[in-house]
Amino acid sequence: MSTVATSQIKLTPEHARPRATVRSRLQDALPKIVLAPSFAITVIFVYGFILWTIYLSFTNSKTFPSYAITGPRAYQRLWGWTFDTDPPSSWYTSITNMGIFGFLYILICLALGLFLAILLDQKIRGEGVLRPIYLYPMALSFIVTGVAWKWFLDPGLGLEQTLHQWGWTSFHFDWIKNKDFVIYTVVIAGVWQASGFIMAMFLAGLRGIDGEIMKAAQIDGATTFQLYRRIVIPLLRPIFLSAFIVLAHLAIKSYDLVVALTSGGPGGSAWLPSNFMYEYTFKRNEMAVGSASAVIMLMTIVAIIVPYLYSELREKSR
Amino acid sequence: MLRKLLIGTALATSFAFSAHAADVKEVQMLHWWTSGGEAAALNVLKQDLAKEGYAWKDVPVAGGGGDAAMTALKAMVAAGNYPTASQMLGYTVLDYAAAGVMGDLTETAKKEGWDKSVPAALQKFSVYEGKWVAAPVNVHSVNWLWINKALMDKIGGTEPKTFDEFVALLDKAKAAGVIPLALGGQNWQEATMFDSVVLSTGGPDFYKKAFNDLDDASLKSDTMKKSFDNLAKLVTYVDPNFSGRDWNLATAMVIKGDALVQVMGDWAKGEFHAAKKTPGTDFLCYRFPGTDGSVIYNSDMFGMFNVPEDRKAAQVALATATLSKSFQSAFNVVKGSVPARTDVPDTDFDACGKKGIADLKKANEGGTLFGSLAQGYGAPPAVANAYKDVVSKFVHGQIKTSDEAVTELVKAIDDAK
Repeated sequence: MSTVATSQIKLTPEHARPRATVRSRLQDALPKIVLAPSFAITVIFVYGFILWTIYLSFTNSKTFPSYAITGPRAYQRLWGWTFDTDPPSSWYTSITNMGIFGFLYILICLALGLFLAILLDQKIRGEGVLRPIYLYPMALSFIVTGVAWKWFLDPGLGLEQTLHQWGWTSFHFDWIKNKDFVIYTVVIAGVWQASGFIMAMFLAGLRGIDGEIMKAAQIDGATTFQLYRRIVIPLLRPIFLSAFIVLAHLAIKSYDLVVALTSGGPGGSAWLPSNFMYEYTFKRNEMAVGSASAVIMLMTIVAIIVPYLYSELREKSR
Repeated sequence: MLRKLLIGTALATSFAFSAHAADVKEVQMLHWWTSGGEAAALNVLKQDLAKEGYAWKDVPVAGGGGDAAMTALKAMVAAGNYPTASQMLGYTVLDYAAAGVMGDLTETAKKEGWDKSVPAALQKFSVYEGKWVAAPVNVHSVNWLWINKALMDKIGGTEPKTFDEFVALLDKAKAAGVIPLALGGQNWQEATMFDSVVLSTGGPDFYKKAFNDLDDASLKSDTMKKSFDNLAKLVTYVDPNFSGRDWNLATAMVIKGDALVQVMGDWAKGEFHAAKKTPGTDFLCYRFPGTDGSVIYNSDMFGMFNVPEDRKAAQVALATATLSKSFQSAFNVVKGSVPARTDVPDTDFDACGKKGIADLKKANEGGTLFGSLAQGYGAPPAVANAYKDVVSKFVHGQIKTSDEAVTELVKAIDDAK
């Protein structure tokens, strides 16, 4: 490209230069002009409001934002709640749930996604039908997923009731009503929704692996298990990373799923930090505490994203 | 003042709302009464205003609890684009009044005699620093039992007058093989029931001290502990599936005869009406045992904003129509609540409504009309929600004993104050 451009400039006649300069300047500036509105919107509405939220977390804002900085009291309160384990404070519940949900959700989605992708990659007939079936849950909103699973898991309506009617009366599955297990039902619904998408990512990755390598390994006498364990999965490393990032941010921003599936769970036992943030900011008129919790969520995401970006950029510059 | 504070939000939202140019012959109303019965009830007001030549402009934001509406209102007010009025609850009115964006209806109030006709307890929320800033639409009361009459006859129960009689009645239902108590295991429903339990256990003075004045000694007292014990007792009578159930599904259990009784505010009556049930023959409404003579209330209000002079006439017309006897009667018959003024004739109301009106009058005169803490009329939202947390954690077992519950309640309320 660049060589073509330089040769064109050389060919330009002397007298036409001023006009061409205006034009080429305009051409140079065009992408910037086109991008400017969306850039401005991003700067104000994403980064501007991040800064605003950080600012608010140091004020004593209640119902309305207040601009007088009063120090890190909101953080002190959150810090205090972090160690309120018996009975669990709402914040403690939220962050431990985040840990449980985030860990299981990411792990199971990755494992299940990879497993499904490997099965689908066996050159089977009907792949074109099966693939969208697994992928479609991702097209549903979390509200739909939440409500559907809420009915399905409700002991009085769904699975348990049905099995009782079929005669298996000793069957018992009331996790969604149980304060200690409700968060695992959120994992179940979340995994159901996202694993198909992760499968699609892995499937794309599997298709990108050079068949020659596989054949070579087979000739060398590698078993199928060794083949996947030693060759395919290591080659899928970039996919693992991307899938991890996608899942991690989905996990941290999960809000609607908890609301639709559990309405917060018995005694608030299904809260995630995002539920905590919304409750405190908009329902309890404790905007400073809500903002502080939002800042902590942001820091959690940054702690995941920054090392990833760093490693990506370092690899590019090599 | 507020405008300065919220410049960021203002910028963000002014575009969205500036399209609604305010007409002086128009009433702009923000509310979340979008469901069938509620919308029909509000229609009465629309027609009243139309007669006086004022057009009605809805700014409806759906969503039962009004969270979404309150977020929208915050944005509108921040943008300096005030609606004529907005449906509001309790402390929200005072918050906005403190921010200096509410109008002043004192003149109208004087002319209409609201000072005398509206119960003093309600005026705590509709009058700010001597100025009328809101028009109360209705009074809901929370300490009700809703009972399926057929089941009651079957088990041979009579109206329970004390907590012990109530427990005995629940035992009878249990023995007869029905679910004794229909409860939705969401924190606000549990706390709403606990409001009644506390009033029943400790009496009117104790309720006021603990849940309206937030008196430390009362919150810590043995009476409060006893109240938690009583709540624990009641929770043993619910079905194992109660957690997370919506309130109207719990009401439906009583209507269908799956459960004997629900403790719920008088909005539950709307569900009975929708199912074509008549009080006295199909269902019974009793005061929560041991709370007769007192009323724990919450109330919907129309908060009146400080609109420009030329829109004030429409606002006054709206406020006057809202508190007119004819609208108060027509609206509350449909809504299931009772009028916000005590001088409205009860001729159009059903038996439960008549009892509600009489009880309100009596409670107002006797000084036993108290704001519901669970419904946000006892204390500001931060405290009310901290309270709901504790009650819900107690019901669901994160808090194991009533001793611990009392300690946690005091701690949570202190922290939220």
